Amino acid sequence: MIYRLGIDVGGTNTDAVIIDNNLKVINSVKTPTTEDVSSGIKNAIHLVLEGTDIDKKSVKYAMLGTTHCTNAIVERKNLCKVGVIRLGKPATMAIEPMIDWPKDLSKAVSENFIIAYGGYEFDGREIAALDEKEIKEFLNAVKDKVESIAVTGVFSPISNVQESRVKELVKEVMGDVPVSLSNEIGSVGLLERENAAILNASLSKVAKNIALSFKEALEEEGVESSEIYLCQNDGTLMSLEHSLRYPILTIACGPTNSIRGAGYLSNLSNAIVLDVGGTTSDIGVIINSFPRESSVAVEIGGARTNFRMPDLISIGLGGGTIVKEENGKVVLGPESVGYKITKEALVFGGNTLTTTDIAVRLGMADIGDKNKVSHIDIDFAKKVMKEMYSLVLKYIDNIKLTNEKSPLILVGGGSILIQNEIEGVSEVICPENHSVANAIGSAIAQVSGQCEKVYSLIKISRDAAIAEAKEKAINDAIDAGADEKTIEIVEVEDVPLAYLPGNATRIKVKAAGNLKSI
Amino acid sequence: MKLSEKEIEQIALGASLLGTGGGGDPHVGKLMALQAVKKHGPVEMIKVEDVPDDALVVPAAMMGAPTVLVEKIPNGNEFIKAFEELGNFLGKKVFATFPIEAGGVNSMIPIAVAANLGIPIIDCDGMGRAFPELQMVTFHLYGQTASPMVLADEKGNSVILNAITNKWAENLARNLVVEMGGEAMISIYSLTGKQLKEAAIRNILTYSAEIGKLLMDTQASKTDTTEQLIEKMNGFKLFKGKITDILRKTTSGFNFGTAKIEGIEENKGEQFSIEFQNENLIAKKGDCVLASVPDLICILDLESATPITTESLKYGRRVTVIGIPCDKKWRTEKGIETVGPRYFGYDIDYTPVEELVLGGASK
Repeated sequence: MIYRLGIDVGGTNTDAVIIDNNLKVINSVKTPTTEDVSSGIKNAIHLVLEGTDIDKKSVKYAMLGTTHCTNAIVERKNLCKVGVIRLGKPATMAIEPMIDWPKDLSKAVSENFIIAYGGYEFDGREIAALDEKEIKEFLNAVKDKVESIAVTGVFSPISNVQESRVKELVKEVMGDVPVSLSNEIGSVGLLERENAAILNASLSKVAKNIALSFKEALEEEGVESSEIYLCQNDGTLMSLEHSLRYPILTIACGPTNSIRGAGYLSNLSNAIVLDVGGTTSDIGVIINSFPRESSVAVEIGGARTNFRMPDLISIGLGGGTIVKEENGKVVLGPESVGYKITKEALVFGGNTLTTTDIAVRLGMADIGDKNKVSHIDIDFAKKVMKEMYSLVLKYIDNIKLTNEKSPLILVGGGSILIQNEIEGVSEVICPENHSVANAIGSAIAQVSGQCEKVYSLIKISRDAAIAEAKEKAINDAIDAGADEKTIEIVEVEDVPLAYLPGNATRIKVKAAGNLKSI
Repeated sequence: MKLSEKEIEQIALGASLLGTGGGGDPHVGKLMALQAVKKHGPVEMIKVEDVPDDALVVPAAMMGAPTVLVEKIPNGNEFIKAFEELGNFLGKKVFATFPIEAGGVNSMIPIAVAANLGIPIIDCDGMGRAFPELQMVTFHLYGQTASPMVLADEKGNSVILNAITNKWAENLARNLVVEMGGEAMISIYSLTGKQLKEAAIRNILTYSAEIGKLLMDTQASKTDTTEQLIEKMNGFKLFKGKITDILRKTTSGFNFGTAKIEGIEENKGEQFSIEFQNENLIAKKGDCVLASVPDLICILDLESATPITTESLKYGRRVTVIGIPCDKKWRTEKGIETVGPRYFGYDIDYTPVEELVLGGASK
């Protein structure tokens, strides 16, 4: 038998699971997340293996979903200095790159940019030809000041020729430095795509660190012969090598893993998922076994981006949320005791009243010492619980797109909601192993490929355009490590661009398949 | 008065409310305005009454597909040469610029243009809100014409267009815009100070900034933003509810549709609907019309009172719908003919929102 090791790093807990080839859970652990993240991962690997008698050499796949990249951007730590190249002059001069970033983030990431001649019109004509001398001069000027390069051209999702040429020029002038091309990361929307490309470039060092420390931790724990993957925010995996080029795609993989894990554990491919964590609760939607993607701009560390992200509602209500009473009104958080819950919550002998204490008082959970909360007024506890319900119910309704009833899967600490009927929900499911759904989501993840491009349907028929996009997505999935025989097209989206003549349409195809076996 | 960063943020927020669900995302326009004042210093804003009668004043706006606007951002200096040429053509220098509409992205463009060209901006517009078509401006009501029209692109191309009717101006301009790459800076309705005084909706930028400031301040202090907005704008709370359905159809580039809203709190058990064509046009409780274009129908987030655009309407959102009387220039025979419910294809007569609400129709 061969095994998979799945790990998910959250704000409060680092979870690990071992599953066998039939995707059956062999063992799972929940350990506190550490400040440096890496030692927590190592600890989780150690504990989950310790609890089983499997041969460590039979762990053939190791998957990691981690918050390293999010943390690096939020804390502005370990970020690379990026040389930013925008191709668009004479257009786009009215808004310089990073103009609306928080000052501390742009200072940490880049103070070197150029808006150079180049870019395309919506119909593929060049706005201006590339001026290679101009690009080379910029590269020579910054080559001792920056560690990676981000390139963003106007309408590069329509034609990537100029961006690719700049990549060659970077290699010529600077040698082997990481280059992020915007057309590989984001979609139409210049500033948001540029932001995503710059952030991706700034994560090059962090990506290397994750790869090295995960590999090291596995080796130290005796897991030597496994293929290593990182989880992406669309619920699929990428190889370590791939992750070095697209680290930003790991951002928000945690909630995605929970959603996918929840779907797998309850054997449902369409449902609403509520994941109650320590600090926040995430509500998401699973459609055809994958999380629904967000259609609006997403801010990361204060910068607006438009790369794919799961559509989530995150509410400041978790097991560690601090409960207060002000002028007879219940106030829930948004502060949380977070990972300090085992010291600060009343049931653990602390001095802070949390939502967990309320659940224990009402007999809905059995955590810590229930005698330590017996003094809480039962009517007050009921009032708090009512408040929590109405908050959660409102957002469950909010994430739905129609009035139709849908099943609700509860994972993480959400199980206390199971005793109640919920409006607009057909059934409430709380599957076995629900508390480690996120780590399971990382262990069962598939490999995917994607193609998103704007086609002019004057030059190519719609069917031919979709076929071309499908082929590109499938090849992309194979490159990422998918078994060709199991690849399926999981999504085809075809959006005509309003107001534009020439039948311009944006086609997006996603393919996913199982991991190629060794 | 000077417009700098703070005022731009306020006006942009106010513009999202005056956009009544349409007008385009002011984000790109706001960033253009912010960069322009950062580079050239604050913009001087003057009152309509301070414009000399014989001065040449021209609005500045963007025309094109929204998908292109978010990708091919302008250069910022498109109008430097174009305004000079227009000045030569008319034999006068451009004295100042102003917004053609107070809602959405075009509320911001003139601020960037004024900063880049070093000319003042006038505290007025031609709509007092946002509308989808070029002739839907108060200037049209006073017989003023769109020509000569100026179009300019980022590459340095510019065109001065003389059309025999406003309809011709629109058709010729659309074709030029496509050739220019799907987007252009445009200027229509060049006016004299005297014409401006006659036809413009005055003090709209100040008003927009006040609305924006009220939204920011009350959201920060968590006081009842919606109530205060209604008081400030002499508006009416039309309905409180949850969106239960959005029916959309895109026809000839416009975002048509109906939003259905189910009542909550004091409106529990009641049904409400809003018809939109980019902007919100008709608001009905049951079968009873509570407000119609040209009065402003704004959908606000129930909790934060943040204005919601028609593109981001979705199932489950809790909203407050408010109705606000439009400028009295629209409440004339020609005004209603130009922008009333019948022009948009609805078989109803326009009645002012205050009569519909206070006249007992709401009960």
